[in-house]
Parts: sequence; C-alpha cells; structure tokens
Amino acid sequence: MTKQVTLSIDGKVVSVPEGTLIVNAAKKAGIDIPVFCYHPKMEPVGMCRMCLVEIGRPLIDRATGELVREADGSPKIQFSPKLETACTTPVSEGMVVLGASEKAKAGREDILEFLLTSHPLDCPVCDKGGECPLQNLTMGFGPGQSRYLYDEKMHLAKQVPLGELIFLDRERCIQCGRCVRFQSEIVGDNVIGFYQRGRALEIISYSEPGFDSFFSGNTTDICPVGALTTTDFRFGARPWELNAAASICSHCPVGCNITINVRREAVSDGKWVVKRIMPRQNEAVNEIWICDKGRFAHHYTASPERLSTPLVRKDGKLIEAGWDEALDLAAGRFRDAGNDLLTLASGRLSNEDLFNLYHLTSSIGGKAILYSHMGGGDLTAQVGVGMGTNFADMGRETAIIIIASDLEEEAPIWYLRVKLAAQRGAQLIVINPRQTKLDRYAHRVLRYAYGKESAIILAMINAISAKKLAQTENMGKYVRNADIKQTARMIAEAENTVVLFGSEGLGLEGSQSLAQACANLLLVTGHIERANNGLIGVWPRANDQGAWDVGFRPAADLKKAMQSAKALYIAAADPAGDFPDLAETADFMVVQDLFLTATARLADVVFPAQSFTERQGSFTSGERRVQRFYPAVPSLDDCLPDFTISARVAKRMGIDQEEIHAGKVMDRIAASYPHYREISYTKLSQVNEQWPIVGRNDLYYGGTTYENSQGLGMQLLPGLQPALSELPPYDVGMPEGKLWAVPINRLYDRGQTMLPSKLLHQRIPHPYIVINSDEAEKLGIIEGDTVEMILEGVSSLVTANLDNGVPQGILLVPRSMGIPIAAPTSVTVKNVDKLLA
Amino acid sequence: MFSEITRGLLTTLKSMTEKPVTIQYPEEKRPVRTRFKGRHILKRYDNGLEKCIGCSLCAAACPADAIFVESAENTDEKRYSPGERYASTYEINMLRCIFCGYCEDACPTEAIILGDIYELSFTDRRQSIYTKEMLIEPVGEGGKLTPQKTPPGVFTRSVPEMKNPQD
Repeated sequence: MTKQVTLSIDGKVVSVPEGTLIVNAAKKAGIDIPVFCYHPKMEPVGMCRMCLVEIGRPLIDRATGELVREADGSPKIQFSPKLETACTTPVSEGMVVLGASEKAKAGREDILEFLLTSHPLDCPVCDKGGECPLQNLTMGFGPGQSRYLYDEKMHLAKQVPLGELIFLDRERCIQCGRCVRFQSEIVGDNVIGFYQRGRALEIISYSEPGFDSFFSGNTTDICPVGALTTTDFRFGARPWELNAAASICSHCPVGCNITINVRREAVSDGKWVVKRIMPRQNEAVNEIWICDKGRFAHHYTASPERLSTPLVRKDGKLIEAGWDEALDLAAGRFRDAGNDLLTLASGRLSNEDLFNLYHLTSSIGGKAILYSHMGGGDLTAQVGVGMGTNFADMGRETAIIIIASDLEEEAPIWYLRVKLAAQRGAQLIVINPRQTKLDRYAHRVLRYAYGKESAIILAMINAISAKKLAQTENMGKYVRNADIKQTARMIAEAENTVVLFGSEGLGLEGSQSLAQACANLLLVTGHIERANNGLIGVWPRANDQGAWDVGFRPAADLKKAMQSAKALYIAAADPAGDFPDLAETADFMVVQDLFLTATARLADVVFPAQSFTERQGSFTSGERRVQRFYPAVPSLDDCLPDFTISARVAKRMGIDQEEIHAGKVMDRIAASYPHYREISYTKLSQVNEQWPIVGRNDLYYGGTTYENSQGLGMQLLPGLQPALSELPPYDVGMPEGKLWAVPINRLYDRGQTMLPSKLLHQRIPHPYIVINSDEAEKLGIIEGDTVEMILEGVSSLVTANLDNGVPQGILLVPRSMGIPIAAPTSVTVKNVDKLLA
Repeated sequence: MFSEITRGLLTTLKSMTEKPVTIQYPEEKRPVRTRFKGRHILKRYDNGLEKCIGCSLCAAACPADAIFVESAENTDEKRYSPGERYASTYEINMLRCIFCGYCEDACPTEAIILGDIYELSFTDRRQSIYTKEMLIEPVGEGGKLTPQKTPPGVFTRSVPEMKNPQD
C-alpha cells in the first residue's frame, strides 16, 4: 500500500496517497480547484495556469533537519512567494494549500481576463454554451469586467472543418492542448497538432481525410470551450433542452455505456428524436470515451425506412396488416412446423429477445441458430475473463494476447485500453497475419500465414507443456521457433493473461478451432477464473456472447439448415442480403427486423421491431458484463420490442413467456442459466463511486461525459472449467497456386446499422479488396483499378488496393461491404478497367 | 321627492355636454403606454436580415415555457441572419405567455421585443401558437427578404456590438 500523505486544503484536512496531485486531492475532498488544461486521464502540463493556488510547506531547519515550530507547537508554514499550479504539484506531508485566498482569487481573475482577451463571447450560438467550462468558470471566478479593448481581439477563422465530423472554431480555442494531448497520449493517432506560436497558435489537422481517427468525437467532450464541436450535433439544440437516457452502444462487443440525448422537435412533427450520443462513465468498460461509430452511427434508429407496421403476404405481395392477423398466422404455421422450425437470430438483439426466441423454438423442438461467422462462444463462457477484469488494472504482471483481430477496427475502445495497458507495461503480444496499428505498442509481434491461427497457438502450448497436443505441421516455416518458445514462456510466466481472439481470415470452423486452441493455452498455463485472466471473443456484434449464453449456436452449414426447415423465424438478420445463395425461402418465413431487408422482402410475415433506443433490455459484452439499456424515445408507430413479439407468438402457441417487462424476462434467464443466477435488473442498475469524478457540476474537470447513475452492469460468474481439448488444429489448407479471399473486419462498413448515418459516408470505403503488389502485377492490376471478383459463383465489382503487407496469393476482403464472404474461399479476379480499355 | 328627480335630471343634462370616454373600437384604437407589453415581434436589421440567431436563450428564460426554438446553419448562399446560426423554427404559445418580458431581457441581439399589439384572440389551442412567419416584422425599406444571398466573409458575427440601454 502506498504511503498516505496528510495535508490541508482550504482548511480541510485530507489524507491521500503519496504522489497525488493537489488538484486531485482537492477533488477527492470535494473542493473545487478550477482547471482548463489539466485532465484526470492525461499527464499534467500546467499550460493554462487556471489552477494557481497558494502553497505553504512546513519549514525545516536546515541545520538540524527538524521542523521549525511556532510558539504554540504547531509547525511553522512557509508560503511560496508566488502562486503555484495545483495540477503539476504533488502533495507533500503537512502541506497547506489555499485555493480560496484573496491572492489565489486574484490570480484566477487575471488568468480568466487573459483567456477572454480574444474569446469571441459568442456563447449564444456556441454548441458548448450551457455545458462550457470556460463559461462556468468565468461566472464563478471571473473578474466581470475586462481591461482589454474589444477592438484588439484576434479575429480568426470560425468554421474550420477538421474533417467532416468535427468543426473547429479558432477564435474560441484557449490553447489548452487537451485535444492534441488526447490524440497523442491516449489514442496514439497524431493527426492534429499545434501550428504557429503565441497568440497566433492554431490547431490544425495533418491527416487526409481530416482528423482521421476513430476517437475524434471525444475531443469535443474534453474541449473546455466550444472550439471543437461535432458536425452531427451542430446547432441541434441547446444542452439544457435535452433529456438524457442511459443506454449501451449496440455496435460492437465492448458494450460502451452511453447517454442518449433526446428532444422533441418541430421539424420531426413534434416527435422525440435522438439528438446526440454521449459517453457515460464506466471505468471498467469504456472509462469516459466512446468511438466515433458509437457516437455518430445512431441515425439508423430514426431512419425513414424503418418498418412501422406488420406486413403479411397476400397474393404474392407484402401488405400492411394488423398485429393479431400477423401473429396468428405466424403462430399457426410455427405450430404446424413443430421441430422443423428454425429460428435464426443475430447478436444485435438483447438477452431478453434471444431468450424468448430460444425458449419459443426449443419448446417445440425447433433449432435456434445464431447468425454469425464466428465460433467459440461456448468456450468464452467457460474460460471467459474472471470477475473484476478491467483493462485499466492491467500492468507489468499481465500478458495480453491479440490473435486474428485488427482490434482498432473491430472494437476501438478495447484497442484504446489495450494500448494504454501496454504503455503501462503490460506485455502485449500481437499475433496477426498482417500489420495492424496495435503492432506499434506490442512487445512481441508474431506473424503466421492465414489458416494457421490455431496451429501457432498449439505450437506455443507444445513449447511449454509437458503434455504434447497434436501438431500437424512445424510452424518454423512462418515464425522462428525460438520466438514461439519465448512468447509461450512469457505467457506462462506472466501472473495474468488475457487472450482476445477475433475472426480475421476465419470462418466459423476456423474461429471455433482458434477459440479452443486459446482456451487450451489458458488452461495449460492456469490463466483462468481469476480477474484479468481468460478468453475474450472479439465478436462481430454487440450481444453475440449473450446469444451463445442463452443457447444459440451458429450452424456449420446454414444453407442446408435453412433448406431443411419448414418454417423460418428470422430476427435481426439478413442472410439473403449478405449471401445471395441464402435467398431461397422455406415454405413459410417470418422476419422480424427494423428494416425491410432483402430477407424481409421474401418473407410471408414481417414484424416491425423496436430499435434499442425505444425499449429496455440488456447486452452481454465480450468481457461477459451484463449491462442494461433504457428507453430514450417512444416507440415508432406500431413497433414492438423483439421479446414482446416472440412472447405474443408464443402465447398463441400455448407457450408462456413474459411479454411486457424486460426485467421479468431477465428473472427467467437468471432462473434458467447458472451463469446468470446473480443477475437482476435491480443489481444491473447499481452504481459505485468512480474515479475520476465526471459529469457533475464540475465539467471543467473531466469534460462533458455523463456521470453513471443508472448502472455499471455486472460481470458474469465464471463458468464450469472445460477439459483440455485434444482437437487437432484446424487447417483450412489454402493450397498455393490459387487466389484465396480471406475476410477482414472494418469498423466503418456498409451494414444496415451504419449506412443511414450519412455523415459517415465519406469514411465508408467502396467495396474493395487488398492484394499483394507482386500478385497484382501478375494479374495486370494497378492501384485503384476496378476488378471483377467471382467468389463462390457471385460476381462483385470491387476496387483493388495494393499492399505489400498482404501475403502472396491472398486477397483481403472486408466483411459487411456488400461482398458475400464468411470464411476463406478461393476466388478469381479479372481487371474490368483493362477489359473496358 | 321632487328635489331628487331634479338632481337626477341635472346629472343627465350635465353629462350630455361632456366628451364621451368610450371609443369606437375596432375602428378607433387607443394608443398604448410607453412600457406596454403586447405580442412579441421578431425584429430585422435594416438590410432585412433577421436579428434572431436561434440561440434559445429566450426559451430558457421563459418562466412559462411558452417559447420553442430550433436552429439551423446559415450559409452565404442562404442567409437568414448574421453569423452561423439562425432560428429555423420559432414558436410562441400565446396561451402560455404571461408577458413578463424576460425573453426581451435574455435576447443577446435585441431580436425579440414585446410590441404594442394586444389583439390576441383564437378559437382553438392550435391558433394560440404563433410561428416565426407570424411574429417576424415585415422587411423595411431598402431591405431584402430572407434567405438572402450574401457576399462571403461579411456577416461573420452573430452578436453585434451593443451598448447598455440608456432608457
């Protein structure tokens, strides 16, 4: 335990750990020391001088080394002749800090007067107005009058787009550098910086496109003035006019806590609409950050293309129908289908929806299939991370292994937190077939050929384990054996080990095998069932883990399964849109979705579902944390939550399900699954005190991130320990001489939940492939060419990008980009540009 | 008894010669007092640009929650007001308004004033909502209707430089 230091701040005696900065010690004691440039998540720089305080230290007699005492025996305090910055000064024993003295107050007044010399004071039109630290601190500590001349204000550019997502107002900037420091210290994307000096200093973006980072929105939260604002919320409303609802981001398995700000709008005919998404603090999940996809890609929930009434097929056409008619029809046909019912659902749904769907299906003996290309969810439930796992706690004693995943593209906040852990000393091991951004921070990078994912993990196990597992191939071809051995030893010797496995270049079979290999590694090295130990799946969707937990499993051959079913119940999945060969329908198909997808167009009955902003529910994150989201806006027209639709179908089939309150569905989940036995909605909404304190009246300190008062969620209990599996390593066997397409994952894809957010369109690439330059030369392809790719009989026109980091004979094909790829497969490509020429 | 009747008739006779206090409203209207607070008027600058910048401070100040504002962005191609922001929707619910004048005080551009108009009558609740089109004053001489096409770099300031009121 670190030494405690006792000091007095404004007469209040506080005791804090050694090394704490005065500004933080004051915050813990509930005393406000105003700051602009200091941020509790970043290193102090002492640039703005707003935190000036008087500091006195006990006087020590140099000759004797003893404290000099006053007549009454108390230590004599010697004050510095000048004010000192509280944000850069650590506490020391017996220190006396005066933050409210006349001298300190005068110092602050002067600093504010300086800061305002060139501030345009256009608060009425500023998006920050109302939640602006400069505004608040000027009201609280400012001089009220300025001695400077209005005419001498600097006039700088006011609407500078730093890329299409963030606007910069150079006049408002007070040059605190929080945004620049956030990008370099926390994110590691140095895409913005200072230009010029002194009063002429400006923030500029170096990148093309401007502000090219997945985390750019966070700079608007920590900007203490209105210099950085988002284009999405530009003049959307004043902050005090917004209502807030706690929610969970539905885009990736991180499960970032968010706050949805809503308002009634005349332009939307008086409806409640989502105006912006803000981060909500959860120090164990997303701290106080969210990525730009989470912040800006919410427009799908209010898309005019949303389904609003049930549809029933009559005379070959889908026609609007009443709920009763549609439900009766579906229930009748499901009952007739009996065990030939196939339910296909994706991890976009909440636990409650998935439970009801699974319960309905299994009650009549049908099959419940998860619409996913990634396996291993059974293993993450068994050797998943232990309770109390938190990336923020990981340091020198922890090894973090990332395999088959470009974490920045798949789970940006995990990328951020893993990167920070690596910088704190955690041993980051990145095992990926191609270069990713995380390589920069890795202590060790191992490369392998696509298809050898589980083989390389098995080679590591064999390097350290006495019990040799089957190994078909020597990995020496791809990696030096010594590297494998050293890496394996690093893992074995680390006190804690977390493995994050993804699905880059892997289909269902491959990822299941990789998960098994990773689980074996953790079992062999004993890194299970403890905090900061275990397996994490980098899932393609927000609640894939929850879907696995309630019993959904992906199908090895989805086409066959769909063909053999008499009735299909498809929820939040679009197989026909993603894979044209899955467009054949069963005798009877029910689709439950937000949009009239390609699959829904083929359906006999279509149910309109509510989006996550309109209802309650819970998601289970990749770290197996169950978190609750709350309704933010009223339901769109006739839409119902997925679990209610399922329950109403079930009711007509004589199956009892909870249809009204999601919390009661959760109670049933808790009663049915041992991992969930501790979970209830009441417990999910409990909160503890978190550090740093954000979102209260002190916006100057942590930024405009919302305080978490609606629940931190709960991590699931560890599962039963699985046996070491002797599964032989999966080998897709990509023989040379052919071109192989391997899938990769991108954050900004062309998915249904992404495209309605038009703001991000410039960042979404056109369908493309990445190909090795030599390979391209052989095929007569140059950078930017349009090529025709024939993949499993489906032709698509794509742009070719050349990259020497890609192995020979491999084409990288992004998923969810309009190209039907689930697993590695052989392809042929033809240069169309050349043919046309 | 006779004296009472005479006194009554005298009063009648006296008032016959007096100037009448009633006026023939609505043909004839009485002027209001200097500080009278009537229906709101949204003002324009001389060039026709709207003074209102859609900042919503009037709505924030309103104790009756009678004002609703939505804002949007100006461009030089389609300019409604100086600066970046203008009110795309501006509504006042006159049933709620208590004519306190706080909106006038809150306005940073002196765009809203409580004018002399007191003729407010409506037959259903919907009519009590006065929109921007109803509230904004007509364009004066030499001004142009909004949206205007303006030269770039001229109307960059939302809030004009103002002096304290002398009145």
